[in-house]
This record gives sequence, structure tokens and C-alpha cells, in this order.
Amino acid sequence: MAKILEKRLIRHPDVFYYRIDAPLISRKAKPGQFVIIRLHEKGERIPLSLADINPEQGTISLIVMAVGKTTTEMSTLNAGDGILDICGPLGHPTHIEKYGRVILVGGGFGVAPLYPIARSLKEAGNEVIVIMGARSKDLLIYENEMQQACDKALITTDDGSKGIKGVVTTALKQELEQNGANMVMAVGPAIMMKFVSETTKPFDIKTIVSLNSIMIDGTGMCGGCRVSIGGKTRFACTDGPDFDGHQVDWDILINRQKTYLNEEKESFEAWKKHHAFAICE
Amino acid sequence: MTENNSKKISLIKTPIPEQDPAKRRSNFEEVTLGYSPEMAMKEAGRCLQCKKPLCIEGCPVHIPIPQFIKAIKEGDFKKSIDLIKTASFLPAVCGRVCPQEDQCEKNCTLGKKGEPVAIGRLERFAADYAMQSWNGAGIEITKPTGKRVAIVGSGPSGLTCAYDLARFGHEVTIFEALHEAGGVLMYGIPEFRLPKRIVAHEINLLKDMGVEIVTNAVIGKLISIDEIMEEFDACFIGTGAGLPKFMGIEGENLNGVYSANEFLTRTNLMRAYAFPEYDTPIKIGKRVAVIGGGNVAMDAARSALRLGAKEAAIIYRRSEKEMPARKEEIHHAKEEGVNFELCTAPVRVIGEEGWVKAIECVRMDLCEADESGRRRPMPVKGSEFRIPVDIVVVAIGTGPNPLVPQSTIKLVLNDCGYIIADEETGQTSREGVFSGGDIVTGAATVILAMGAGKKAAKAIHEYLMRT
Repeated sequence: MAKILEKRLIRHPDVFYYRIDAPLISRKAKPGQFVIIRLHEKGERIPLSLADINPEQGTISLIVMAVGKTTTEMSTLNAGDGILDICGPLGHPTHIEKYGRVILVGGGFGVAPLYPIARSLKEAGNEVIVIMGARSKDLLIYENEMQQACDKALITTDDGSKGIKGVVTTALKQELEQNGANMVMAVGPAIMMKFVSETTKPFDIKTIVSLNSIMIDGTGMCGGCRVSIGGKTRFACTDGPDFDGHQVDWDILINRQKTYLNEEKESFEAWKKHHAFAICE
Repeated sequence: MTENNSKKISLIKTPIPEQDPAKRRSNFEEVTLGYSPEMAMKEAGRCLQCKKPLCIEGCPVHIPIPQFIKAIKEGDFKKSIDLIKTASFLPAVCGRVCPQEDQCEKNCTLGKKGEPVAIGRLERFAADYAMQSWNGAGIEITKPTGKRVAIVGSGPSGLTCAYDLARFGHEVTIFEALHEAGGVLMYGIPEFRLPKRIVAHEINLLKDMGVEIVTNAVIGKLISIDEIMEEFDACFIGTGAGLPKFMGIEGENLNGVYSANEFLTRTNLMRAYAFPEYDTPIKIGKRVAVIGGGNVAMDAARSALRLGAKEAAIIYRRSEKEMPARKEEIHHAKEEGVNFELCTAPVRVIGEEGWVKAIECVRMDLCEADESGRRRPMPVKGSEFRIPVDIVVVAIGTGPNPLVPQSTIKLVLNDCGYIIADEETGQTSREGVFSGGDIVTGAATVILAMGAGKKAAKAIHEYLMRT
């Protein structure tokens, strides 16, 4: 059982920040890694990216958007509550070195795991630019944090309510044309990472993406998270989650992510029937 | 046993009650129901009590077989379990899943003329009886040595090693990556063949003996072997061969293609059969094809039927004779209506809108035996055909889990990534680090892993008492 030390609503109404007591994990975890949590005896195991790591305090931070059953159920937990199982750190850390000019691209709440990566890249002596995208300004998260951690922060919104009107790739293309980059890293929905990879390809800039496939154990045992990289089957949990975006077969990944859409809906509906009171409005 | 009695010995095993196949194919309750005390005593009466018991030689952990059977015959069930527990920590498990026909029962003198003594069924009886009536047999533990041993992995080898080390008086901590201890006994072998409450019972016994079990601890990620060796006096690595193999054929990443590990883990460990009461879902569809001919393939096919599939087929490239699965499992699968497409190999998985629609196969001719002693299958040109299916389960074997080997310096591996360890002692290339089970041998059986855990425990004990 891992205790939640702090919970904050960081984007109304459904994105939450959790700081969790996990001394052993925090000691070893590095940016780019993830944990797998299970809320209770009947719960599923879901992977969550690390949004912050604090070995001195013995804590890790997670950003969770309440989109399905487990994440919504988690959103009902508060400081003082416990998470039954928390397992990690899993996956390989994001490879950090002095690349030169690095552009980070974050979509939706994918910005959260980019935060510790941005800080590490900065510490390693890189010039770090972040492009953060959302549908509208109210859906942006970690704006201040990223502005502080990076040399330059570009914001894009689909509706133009803040920053550049358009999607992240619009800003990325412009940035690459004007200033270039030595490395691009993207975290967010698969479709966004796919288009980021397609945008960087003509520029021939190495693009690292963090793949979020469906997982059970996260230790290489089930093979459910397998992805096709350069025509070869790889496991996102033990070989990744970071891969060369230009080598990823995005269609397979996006298709596999949809495997349980119906079941996820069924499970969520059943839960909502019994917990209507619990959902924060 | 008197001379007079032996003349009347039945040539067949006392039958064991089983759930009716038509009924059991739609539930997850245990298939084989076990002997009553009367049945067990009757079966125990068949044992010849050979002066040179060859059965013991066939047992990887050398259970005193004639002795425990004699105790059953005399109705002293407590004594029988005490005798078994001198050698084996998991009798309720082994009585169910050991391939006795290739081990103890293969050597049984009675087997020369008829059926051997049902040693496995008797072992199971003794263990189950003990579980009901004494809640575990009296286990002698020698006085604490003050030495600490870490066990990595809580599968059959790790549990057995922990049991023996705890009895030798060492302080034992088991690290398990998943949220439940038991390894393959929990995530792999289905409830209908090995009820999880039995595994849990055996594991609780270990806890009662003072063994600490730390779950959610992925060694190699959370804690390294080097760190373990700073804190513990010795370490046993029993992480198993958990990495699923795929065939490398077209369409293998379509939705609806599972590794057997995933299919069984969702079902067993995550209890997907009780979805949505339990959160983890599983896709079943109407028709399920399982590729492979081992026990895991049988488990997957039989689970698929229980999960609601109308049809389940085993696709295996050789004939039934070469199937690595136990005869009993093949028999049970057939009884339950699993179809067998033998001498058949998959060529590609055909999809439609991202989902499995069919599997294209080719018939195989069996040629002369290869190095494994089994006849080599060769595709018959032009024999390609399609089987319409919704789900494909790939059960063609597993490889070594890379997390511990890759993260541990000075641990010598073989070309395939398995840990190199001494067969008799489990000693690896690193001092104080021992290993055994599937991570050394490649995927094998529960009892062989237990045998390795047992040998390693003895070697670790000797090592600790020397240092």
C-alpha cells in the first residue's frame, strides 16, 4: 500500500496531481520511466508516467486524467488514502546527454512526463524548447513549470485561445525551419506523436517518442504492449517506452490501443451506476 | 502388504472422480475432484512397497514415496504428509501438475504389467487432507543462524528454495515483481487445474515460518542484485522464463492475437473471467485458435471454452505423439471438445479492420527425427487453407526474462540469455549468487524448478555455514 501525500486538481475538472510516498521507487526512478498501479483487489493494472521524482523526500508524482474507470476511480482518492499496488520504476529512462538544441513536444497531459525530462536535459547543458499543445487554453497543464524549466516555451491551441492557433506540428515545423534542432522528443497521444515524427522526418532530425501501449505486468511477461519498430516486434515495457519515432509502425500501435474500447466503456458505465456521487464536478 | 494380498492387486488405478466434461467446460472449478479417504487407502494398498523403490529415483525432489503411501494405507494421513514435507514443499501443487507419468509413476514396478500406483493422486490426497484437517503439517525449523538470504522470484523454484532455507534456520526474504506471489502457479496455470487457494495456502505456510514476501518488487529495476548482495549473505535468482515468444509471421500484431502468457495472466491473475466485477477485460469471440502443443496450449484452449468461446482449436505442427503436453491434459481437452488441427502450421494471421479474421495454415508432413528426437515437420506445398477465427493465442514457448540478467554485472549468461549455473548447486559466476529453475534451464516443469530450488538451498546452506 502506497500512501497519497498530496492531491491537487491541476486542470478543472479532470486532471489531478498526486504526490505519493514511494521511497524505494524514488531512489531509482529516472525521467521517462513509468510505474504500474492497481487501486484495489479487483482493480486492473495500468501504467502511468512519472511526472516528478523526489528521492530526498522519497516521493514520486503522477498526473492522472480521469478518462476511464480506473483513472476516474483514482480521482476519488485523496491525500491520506492508499494505492494498493505500485510497481516500478519500469522501462528504460529517457536517454539524457548533451544533444545541443532539443525540442520537446507535449500534447494534452503528456506535458507532465516531459517536465522531469526537460529539467534533466537542461542540467545536461542543452538548450531546451518546449511546444505544448491543447485544444483550448483551459486544457493546458504545467504551463508555468515548463516555462521555468525550458529556455523557450511555445503554446499552441486548436481554437487560438492562447499562443499559436493550430496544432503542435504547425509550431514544430516553423521552429525547425527557423532555428533547427539536434533532437526532438514527443510525449502525448499516439496520433500526435505520429504526426510529430512525420514532421521531423524531412528534416532528418532524430525523434524520440514515448509509447503508451496497453500493458499488464510491465516486466516483459505478457507481450500485450508489443509494438512494431523498424519491422521488428518490441515490448514497450522492457525495450521502451522510448523508441525512434521514425521507426514506429503507428497504425499497429493506434489499432492495438483500441482493443478494449467497448469493455472500457462497459466497465466505466457499470462503475458510474454505483458511484455517481463520487465523481467530482 | 502380505504375499496373499499382492496377488489380488488391481492392474488399474483407482478411478478419480472428475467433473463431467459437458458441465466443466463452462466453469473454472477444478476438473479432478480428488480421492476420498477410502479411495486413497484402497489405491495405497496397490503399492508393492518395493525394497529398492525406483519411484523415488524418478522424483526430482526424492519424496519418500513408498513410506508416505504406506502411511495412507494405514490411515495415518498426518504421518503421510509429514513424510512428504520432508522432501517437498508444494505437494498439493505437485500432486496436481507434476508429469508423474514421466517421473515416479514411470518407474513403478506395477506399471510393467498394468497401471502404476497413482502416486500423484495420493500425494494430492495427503496434501489436501492435511489442508482441511491440520492447516499445515508440523515443520521443524532449526535454530536461527543469523544469515540472510534473498530470493528473487516467487515461482516454484524460489518458493522451494525459501522453504528449505527457512528450515535450515536462515532469514529469508522473497522479492516478487507481480502483486501476488506464486509466479507461474498464480498467473499461468488455470484455476481449473490448480485452484489459487491451494497456492495461497502453501505460500501462507511459508509466511508462518517467518519468510518475508515483498510484492511489486522488480529486481533489476527497483533493487539491483548488487544492492541485494550488500544487504544479504546470499541470493537465489529464480525469475523464470517468462518472456513470450512470437512466431514472426504476418498479422501477429493484429488485435485479437495474444501470447499465452497474456491470455492466461488476464484470466488467472487478473480474473478477467469475472469482468466487469474485476476490471481487467479479455477478448474471446466465438472461435479461438491456440498455436502450440504443450500444457500451456491446452490450458489456453480449455480456458477459452470456459470464457465462452463456442469453438477452440489447437494448431500443432507435428502429430499428437510428439505433443509435449501431458497425456492427461490432452485427454481432458478432448473431452471438453477442444479440436485438434495436427500436422498443421500457421503461415499468417489474416485481419479485417485491425482485427483477426482467420488464420492461414499449411499441412505438414513429418520427416525423419531431428536432434530433439521428434519427427521434423515439413510443409506440404499447395496445402494452404484458412480457419476462420476471432482470437489467436500463441503458445509456442517462452524465453528468459531479461530484467535481472541484463542489469546484473558479472553474471555470466549463455547465448540465449539464460543464467549459467552449476546443475548440482545452482552456483552462478558470482560468489553468493545462486540460480535455478527456468531462468537456467529454459521453460520446463514445476517439479524440475522445485528440484533446482532444493539443490540450491542445500548449496546455499553449505556456503553460508562455511562463510
